[in-house]
Amino acid sequence: MTRNTLLGALLALVLFAPPATASEPVKIGMITTLSGGGSSLGIDVRDGFMLAVEEGDGRLGGIPVEVLVEDDARNVGRSIQAAQRMMQREQVEIFTGIIWSNLALAAVPRVLDNGGVFISANAGPAEFAGEDCHASYFNVAWQNDNLHEAMGQHVKDEGHENVYLVAPNYPAGRDALAGFKRFYDGNIVGEVYTSLGQQDYASELATLRNADPDAVFFFLPGGMGINFLRQYQQAGLKERIPLYGPAFSFDEGILSAAGDAALGVQNTSQWSADLDNAANRHFVKAFQERYDRRPSLYASQGYDAARLLASALANVNGDIADRDALLDALRKADFDSVRGEFLFNSNQHPIQDIHVREVFRTEDGTLSNRVVSRAFSAHEDAYAANCHLGND
Amino acid sequence: MLLFLEQVLNGLQFGVMLFMLAAGLTLIFGIMGLINLAHGSLYMVGAFAAASVLAVTGSFLLAVLGGMVAAGLAGLLIESAIMRRLYARGHLDQVLATFGLILFFNEFVRMVWGPRPLYLDIPSWLAGTVEIFPGAGYPLYRLAIIAVGLAIAAGLWWLVQRTRLGMLLRAGAADREMVAALGVNTTRLYAGVFVLGAVLAGLAGALAGPLFTVEVGMGEHILIQTFVVIVIGGIGSIRGALVGALLVGMVDTLGRAYLPSLLRLVAEPATADGVGSALASMLIFVLMAAVLIWRPRGLLPAHGH
Repeated sequence: MTRNTLLGALLALVLFAPPATASEPVKIGMITTLSGGGSSLGIDVRDGFMLAVEEGDGRLGGIPVEVLVEDDARNVGRSIQAAQRMMQREQVEIFTGIIWSNLALAAVPRVLDNGGVFISANAGPAEFAGEDCHASYFNVAWQNDNLHEAMGQHVKDEGHENVYLVAPNYPAGRDALAGFKRFYDGNIVGEVYTSLGQQDYASELATLRNADPDAVFFFLPGGMGINFLRQYQQAGLKERIPLYGPAFSFDEGILSAAGDAALGVQNTSQWSADLDNAANRHFVKAFQERYDRRPSLYASQGYDAARLLASALANVNGDIADRDALLDALRKADFDSVRGEFLFNSNQHPIQDIHVREVFRTEDGTLSNRVVSRAFSAHEDAYAANCHLGND
Repeated sequence: MLLFLEQVLNGLQFGVMLFMLAAGLTLIFGIMGLINLAHGSLYMVGAFAAASVLAVTGSFLLAVLGGMVAAGLAGLLIESAIMRRLYARGHLDQVLATFGLILFFNEFVRMVWGPRPLYLDIPSWLAGTVEIFPGAGYPLYRLAIIAVGLAIAAGLWWLVQRTRLGMLLRAGAADREMVAALGVNTTRLYAGVFVLGAVLAGLAGALAGPLFTVEVGMGEHILIQTFVVIVIGGIGSIRGALVGALLVGMVDTLGRAYLPSLLRLVAEPATADGVGSALASMLIFVLMAAVLIWRPRGLLPAHGH
């Protein structure tokens, strides 16, 4: 009798248990660079994203989420493997985190072809903004050219007539200079492509000084930028020829290593710690308290990616199987971005303001950025017209 | 013309930097027959240790000394724990083991110093520029590196040519077995050579700190160029390392400076810049290939074999 009751209870439990999916958290695949060169970018994106998850006690938009984090070590093969493993073993359908455009171009199409959704918190190659745009691909950071375009505009506005350009010899480097030239119409007195990962710029700096430009625009992300900034100062050029660049060479990690060499340099960014809106004030304070360091623009992008996703998950009440509803909700971008005004264009890339910042010394003696002017209002990228979305 | 002279100085400075790394590497290769891929890691340890010492003491000279001591200690440790077992093994085992050491050191440095790059400042007495050419100041710090590098070269020449230890080194590079057969304590000799190489790598790392980013993995980039140097110069030969280092430094620097503008004479500016910079970055490998065809054992190989 007791045994039958027990069996009956068990049977009832099995038969009437709620469907497992309803209580299971939504899985999010975060593939990013956490080791080796460039890891500070991935770590910041992850920490920004996780801050939003922690603030919701493991929920985004009230929906429980499980974030699976994998390190791609800036390696194309590893990013593809991570995406495939997550899709096959863990049935992950929503992905984010990839930092580098060459990794994104390889791994993201696999996610999209498999029916997944990708929310880019950094990489914004021209392909995904133009001809290869996709209904399930969103970029919450920028299209790659945006910050360079803004600097082209700013350097023109400053009245510099002869500019010297420096960038590494790889696709994003050439895109950067193309973006700059799209809005700058003065003289280009010299254009030098350095090798990727180059450490010593003595030779380039001597040639640059000899060309005697009014201003220098450089795009050298990561450690390359630190080397260039410091050697530029050591060569005595900083006082003579003003330097301009995108925010990628002036994030908080770089500023602490570059020191005075970066002080006063103007750079363009879609975000700054001193942007005065409620979401940003909260984010900057919370990030500093949680991680004991200043947030970078990458951290802000990770945080915004999480909050965009949160708004969409809340909108569809966690039902990501209804894909059209989820994509519609994402397209609305119904969240308070830490950068203020934020809209998606027809190609699902941001329409946003881009600011000119300058590096200054804070009260505690460390370096940070502050906004000095605005280069673009509600700026759109140059590729949206080539995207079929919204034109259908 | 002034610009050309300045570029020659830049090439010289890069060359002596490479020499400090190549001297140790070529001795280790020539005398112990060991391919040490972890030589770049010792350079990294030197740079990180120097940054820490500078942060604590504020003295640049102490920082450089600290970098040398730390790299020397790390060298002593890996020599006695790992390298000693590899001398008799094949090159493949050595490459595998020392590649493993690169990974170990990278993670170790990340655990101790964190993932963010460090800051190493030029001391005020070496900051600024010197007007060696009218109107074009040359950074004093780079001149100091050239001076230190040339002093090291002179010191090594004295050590190798004029001392008893140097005699053993030359003998070891020429015929390892015979030196051991003559009753020389090779265990101590090998450890000494390895530590000497490590100290020089640490010195290079500490001196590179103010110029380059002090970050995890900083040793790998320069290690490849260092290997090019010792292949060009001839394995096991200090003189070869010096000639190879200066040659690589000059060719790399002048190539980067002039190749794009030379190509502009024959091609569109945009193409010339792209192709020129790509060619410039592979110029030292072209040089290496040419030297290998012309003199397969390098320009100034150690005698014997």
